[in-house]
Amino acid sequence: MDFKFSPEEEAFRDEVRAFLDESLPAGPEWNEKVRAKGWVGFSWPKDVGGGGGTLMEQVILKDEMARRKAPALGSCFMGLAWVGPSLIEYGTEEQKARFVPDILDSKYQWCTGYSEPGSGSDLASLQCKAVREGDAYVVNGQKIWTSIAMWSKWMILLVRTDTNVEAKHDGITCLLVEMDSPGIDVRPIKNMAGGAMFAEVFFNDLRVPVENRLGEEGQGWQVTISALAHERSGIAEFHGLMRNLDRLKELARTRMKNGKPAIEEPQIRRRLVRAETKVEAMRLNGMRFLTKQLKGEKLSSETSINKLHRAQLEIELGEISLEIQGSAAPLWKGASAAAEDGYWQRFALSWPEVVIGGGTPNIQKNIIAERILGLPKD
Amino acid sequence: MNFGFTEEQELLRAEVRKFLDQNAPLDEVRKIVEKPEGFDRSLWNRMGELGWIGLTAPEDHGGVGLDFVTLVVLMQETGRSLFPSPLLSTVLASKAIESLGSEEQQARWLPGLADGSKVGTFGLLEESDSLEPEGITLVGKSDGDDIVLSGAKWIVPDAGQADLFVVAFRTGAAAEALSLAVIDKDADGVAVEIFPTMDLTKRAGKLVLDGVRVGADGLLGELGGAAATIRWLVDVGAVLVAAETVGAAEAAVHTTTDFAKERDQFDSKIGRFQGVKHPLAEMYVDVESFKSLVDYAAWCLDEGDENSSVAASRAKAYAAEAFSRIGIDAVQLHGGVGYTDEYDIQLYLKRSKWARPAFGDSDYHYDRIATLGGL
Repeated sequence: MDFKFSPEEEAFRDEVRAFLDESLPAGPEWNEKVRAKGWVGFSWPKDVGGGGGTLMEQVILKDEMARRKAPALGSCFMGLAWVGPSLIEYGTEEQKARFVPDILDSKYQWCTGYSEPGSGSDLASLQCKAVREGDAYVVNGQKIWTSIAMWSKWMILLVRTDTNVEAKHDGITCLLVEMDSPGIDVRPIKNMAGGAMFAEVFFNDLRVPVENRLGEEGQGWQVTISALAHERSGIAEFHGLMRNLDRLKELARTRMKNGKPAIEEPQIRRRLVRAETKVEAMRLNGMRFLTKQLKGEKLSSETSINKLHRAQLEIELGEISLEIQGSAAPLWKGASAAAEDGYWQRFALSWPEVVIGGGTPNIQKNIIAERILGLPKD
Repeated sequence: MNFGFTEEQELLRAEVRKFLDQNAPLDEVRKIVEKPEGFDRSLWNRMGELGWIGLTAPEDHGGVGLDFVTLVVLMQETGRSLFPSPLLSTVLASKAIESLGSEEQQARWLPGLADGSKVGTFGLLEESDSLEPEGITLVGKSDGDDIVLSGAKWIVPDAGQADLFVVAFRTGAAAEALSLAVIDKDADGVAVEIFPTMDLTKRAGKLVLDGVRVGADGLLGELGGAAATIRWLVDVGAVLVAAETVGAAEAAVHTTTDFAKERDQFDSKIGRFQGVKHPLAEMYVDVESFKSLVDYAAWCLDEGDENSSVAASRAKAYAAEAFSRIGIDAVQLHGGVGYTDEYDIQLYLKRSKWARPAFGDSDYHYDRIATLGGL
C-alpha cells in the first residue's frame, strides 16, 4: 500500500501545475490551448489525435484541474465522454476521420438517444424502429431525456432493427444522426427546477445513410456497452463534491440559525462532516478501483458502489443547504433572503439529473445484490 | 500509487483465516466465551508463537516489526471470526510502552506482551466517559520518587484478563498534563471488578486503584509528557476497532446473504425480493466504503501522516454507524430465527454494540473531525 506517486508522475503533475498557473483564469483561447497541449481526449490513442496519456497521468491531470477549478478539457461533453471512445473502437476509418477531429476540437455538440418513454432503466427493451431501405435506414419512434438535444449537431442513436430476436439485447443497432435532418422533432422538457436541459426527440421517417451506422447491424448493444464501460473509478467526482461541501461550510458560517451561526449547531456540523466522510470514502474506493485498473483488470459492477454514494450525496448536500438556511429554505431565485440568489434551492431540486440519469439507485442496488452478492435475479 | 496489499499481507490473511476457521469456528467461539477467562489460552499462546500478537512490536523485543496496515489485515480476520482474545488491548499496551518506555522498560515488558505470556491493556476511560484530555481526572500525587494513584478506570477492556495495565492519569492542572504508567495487576492497592458484557467475546471491567505506588521504573516517559501519545493511542484504538468491524460486518453480510439464498417464502428464495436485496446491497456498499477508510487510516498511521487523526476518525465514525445498522438489519432480514440464540447472526448484532462506543462513537468522531478541520 502506497499513496505516493512516482518521480515521473510528480514531474507530470508539475507540468500540469505550471500550465494551469499560466493559463488560469481561462480565457477564450482555453480550448485551443488544452488542445495544443494534447490534453483533449487525453487517454485516446495518438493516431486519432488523442493524447496517448496513461491512466495515472489522466488521474493526476483531472485531479489538478479540479483542484484549480479549471474548465473542462474540451466542451464537446458527450462526444468526449462516450461517442469518441465508441467511434475509436467500432468506427470505420471514414467515420473516425470525419468525426473524431471535430470532437477533439469541440466544434459542435453530440447528444445521446438511448432512453425511451417505455425503456428507461430497462434500456435494452427499446422500441424505436429502423428499417433498412436501400442505402438508408428509415427511423420511426421516440427518444426521451435526451440532454442538450436542441443544441446538438449530431446524435448517437440506438434503434431496433430486428424485432424477431430471442434476447432483447440483440437486434439493436447504433446510428449516427445529423440533427437537422428532415423527420426530427425536438421538444425541450422543462424540469421541476425550472431548467430545460432535456428534450423529447421524435423521429418520423428519418432517413439515415447506411454509412452512418456505427458497428454492424445488430451490434448496437455492444457498441453502447463498450462506451458506457469506459467506467470511471469515481475519483473525478470527488473535487466537485468537495467544492460544494466547502461552499456549504462557508454558508453555515455566514447564515444565522436559532440566533447563532448555523455552523455552531451540532447537528449541522455533524451532517457536514458525515457527508465529507462519505466523499472521502468515495475517493478512496476510487483509488482502490484505480489500483485494480492499473493492474490491468477491468472494472465492472463495483463502480455501482460510488454511483450510489454519489446519488445519496447529491441529495444530502441539497438537504444540508436547506437546513442551514432554515426559514429561508423555501425561497427562490430573486428573494434577497435566499443565500447566493437561490443557488442552493435550485441545487436541492436538481439531484434527479445525477441520481436518475446514471441508472437509479434501486437499479444500482440490484446490480450489487445480483452480480456481486449473487442473489437470484428478480 | 497502490491501494492494495502485498503478497505477504495476502498470505498472512489466508493463514489467519485458515487458523481461525479450523480452531475457532463460531460453535467453538460460543464454548470459549463460556470459560471464566473468556478466551482460550492455548490458542492465544499459539498466536503468540506465530508472531501475530507481537506483529507490530519491535524485533529487538520479541516482535515481528511489521506495520499497522499488516495488523489491520490480521484484525479484519479476528473480527470476521468474532475471535475472543485480548489482542486489541495487548497491542495498545505494547504500543504505549514502545512509544514512551525506556530501552529497559521495553526489554522488560514487550517480549511477554509479544509472545502471549502476558496480557496487557490500556486504562483510559473514567466515569466522565470522555476520550479527551479533560476527561482524565485520576490524579498522580508525587510522594518522594514515587507517584501515588487513587481512583478508578472503568470500561477497561479485558481488565479481568490483563497482567499489566497501562494507565493514563493527570499530573497537573493543564489539560495536557497527562502521564502514563505501567501497573502490575498484583501490585498493592490494585483491584479489578469484572463487568458482565453483552458481547461475550469482548470483555471489560473496572480497575480500582487505592494508593497504588508507581516508581520511576513504572512511569513511561517524562512526567506530564504523555498527552500526544494518549491521543495517538486513541487513533490507533479507533482504527483497530474499525478494522475488526470490517471483518465482523463482512461476515454478517455474508451470513445474511447466504440465508437469503436458502430461505423460501412466497414460493421463492427471499433473496429474490428487492425488499431483501436492497438492504443487503446497502450493507455491502457501506462495508466496502469503511474498509477503504480503515485501510487508508492504517497507512496514515504508518506514515505518521499529519491527517492520521482525521483519517482514523473517519474510519471509526463510518464503521460504527454502519455496523450498528447492519447488525439490526441483518437480524431483521433473518426474521424470527434471527431472534434465537441458536442462529449466529445475533452474535454480530452484539458485536456491533461493542464496536459503536469503543474508542469513540460516530458523534464523537464527527465532532473531532469538525474541530480538527477548523469548523
